[in-house]
Amino acid sequence: MTNHYNMPDGRGHFGPYGGTFVAETLIPPIQELNAAYQQYLSDPGFIAELDADLQHYVGRPSPLYYAERWSRELGGAQIYLKREDLNHTGSHKINNTVGQALLAKRMGKTRIIAETGAGQHGVATATVAARLGLECVVYMGAVDVARQSLNVYRMKLLGATVVAVESGSQTLKDALNEALRDWVTHVDNTFYIIGTVAGPHPYPAMVRDFQAIIGREAKQQCLAATGKLPAALVACVGGGSNAMGLFHPFIDDAAVAMYGVEAAGDGIATGRHSAPLSAGRPGVLHGNRTYLMADDDGEIIATHSISAGLDYPGVGPEHAWLKDTGRAHYVSITDNEALAGFYALTRMEGIIPALESSHAMAYTMKLAPTMRPDQTIIVNLSGRGDKDMQTMAKREGIAL
Amino acid sequence: MSRLADKFAQLADQGRKALIPFITAGDPNPDFTVPMLHAMVKAGADIIELGVPFSDPMADGPVIQRASERALAHKMSLRKTLAMAMAFRRTDTTTPLVLMGYLNPIEAMGYADFANAAQRAEIDGVLSVDLPPEESEDCARLLKERGIDPIFLLAPNSGAERIRKMDAIGSGYLYYVSLKGVTGAGHLDTADVAAKLKTIKANTRLPIGIGFGVKDAGTAKTLSALGDGVVIGSALISKIEANLDDLPRAKTEIIELLTAMRSAMDNGERL
Repeated sequence: MTNHYNMPDGRGHFGPYGGTFVAETLIPPIQELNAAYQQYLSDPGFIAELDADLQHYVGRPSPLYYAERWSRELGGAQIYLKREDLNHTGSHKINNTVGQALLAKRMGKTRIIAETGAGQHGVATATVAARLGLECVVYMGAVDVARQSLNVYRMKLLGATVVAVESGSQTLKDALNEALRDWVTHVDNTFYIIGTVAGPHPYPAMVRDFQAIIGREAKQQCLAATGKLPAALVACVGGGSNAMGLFHPFIDDAAVAMYGVEAAGDGIATGRHSAPLSAGRPGVLHGNRTYLMADDDGEIIATHSISAGLDYPGVGPEHAWLKDTGRAHYVSITDNEALAGFYALTRMEGIIPALESSHAMAYTMKLAPTMRPDQTIIVNLSGRGDKDMQTMAKREGIAL
Repeated sequence: MSRLADKFAQLADQGRKALIPFITAGDPNPDFTVPMLHAMVKAGADIIELGVPFSDPMADGPVIQRASERALAHKMSLRKTLAMAMAFRRTDTTTPLVLMGYLNPIEAMGYADFANAAQRAEIDGVLSVDLPPEESEDCARLLKERGIDPIFLLAPNSGAERIRKMDAIGSGYLYYVSLKGVTGAGHLDTADVAAKLKTIKANTRLPIGIGFGVKDAGTAKTLSALGDGVVIGSALISKIEANLDDLPRAKTEIIELLTAMRSAMDNGERL
């Protein structure tokens, strides 16, 4: 097939997006990483080790669960949940950290750093670092440290040092800034495990490739369960790793609609949101060109979302490309709508989703009734809600 | 020839090295900056790097991060920085002025609009920390067409091939980041810098400004002897930060530090 999707190009560009926008000190380690990644991508020994870890440590394949009662309730398409919440550590993040940690080990790196928002990527990184006996430092915005304290405790239990970042807006973007500063300082022995499909090349492509197991499994499972491809995919988008992992294996299947769900926070019109694809503009931040939330002067705007994992002013460059080409649709869901999605899945299916994933659930509640019963939606249930119990209890006025 | 090339040629004739102070435009308030630039020239600055405030200064240590935050609290921007440069030029037509910052404000303005505005403000060089040569083709061309030097960073881990790439695409000078770390870091090793400068000099004829660890007259003297100039930023901004309630004192302390550096560097050359 001549029109087979094959992005990015050799320099990490997805059309005008992506690329390598970093300070000079980071160019050599990024080149080293890219060379190692290209080498191991086609190394049967590496792939076998990764597959074994995904099966025995992560617990893959994750089920594709038919949400029969919820589908009936919504009265439209049949809804299937890709159960990434059942992975070890409770989210899709571990698919990527297992892969990057294996790379770090092969590259002889002794120290791991990561940024985290909700703490899911931090936990997934601390987990693989503990397993491999590597030093681990996780950067987390001070605001997020406060609202995701359970995950902070988990990371510390796992032996990681958690650094509360006090600069800027004290959320995920500032954690990323601080991780980049650490990397530039400890560049010789340190491997930076970026948690999403953003950052300088090769991270967007590499993280996508490690997460694409989600979509590959879902495709096979859907064919096995329904005999055909899904009509639509739905996933939440902060940086966009769970969405990219689900979407990527379906990009050439033109009949499969893709919906990325951004966090509209208090509402797009209020300006208090985290939806760069819905209401942002292209720019350069954290190593890549992509849609950003920035003002007319190019200064990055503070974001807002009830979910720490979506509270980020940028988005992976491949999503920017899929938006511009029209291959994927990007929509947004407010905090209140996400809460409705959270309660709906909890009460209808006995599954408590993460607040991030609740955005995808909320959009599914809008989408499913507009579709026919013979059509299928696959929704990525990217993480479980255990980490959000404090946030939810506080909203309900309950002291735990 | 550009003002930067002229300046380095002139200094080389005199057997002197360039003293290149850096301050962030609008820190601690917009009224402070232009008079400070003139005062730094009087104190012996050969070239000035004017920092463009950015919300996410990823390569900077805490001192310059806070400088950006103070400036942004006064609604500073790239456009207002260019206006300051223009104001500086009204009474100083000879001191080269380099804008240093991050790419996104330039992206937001648009490369061509920015290059035109920089030309109108008589900016001599532009250094964008997160714009390495591989992504800089369009921006560097637009700047060069307007007689503005695109300035690139070199790092301790930049190999010979990389240095030659900078030599080909850059002009004015190359900025050698003297340590692996952020601005204002404290782990500078002068022996490492000396060794690296040999490799750099073997691969480029562009002048080399050394920065990222220059704290006092002593390090300025030592490092300037290894290259063609030293850049000093965090140490100056620390003076602002320590005297936020007494800005005349901040200005005096900055002048004193630059004067001491100038003297140490010039005496160092004569010894």
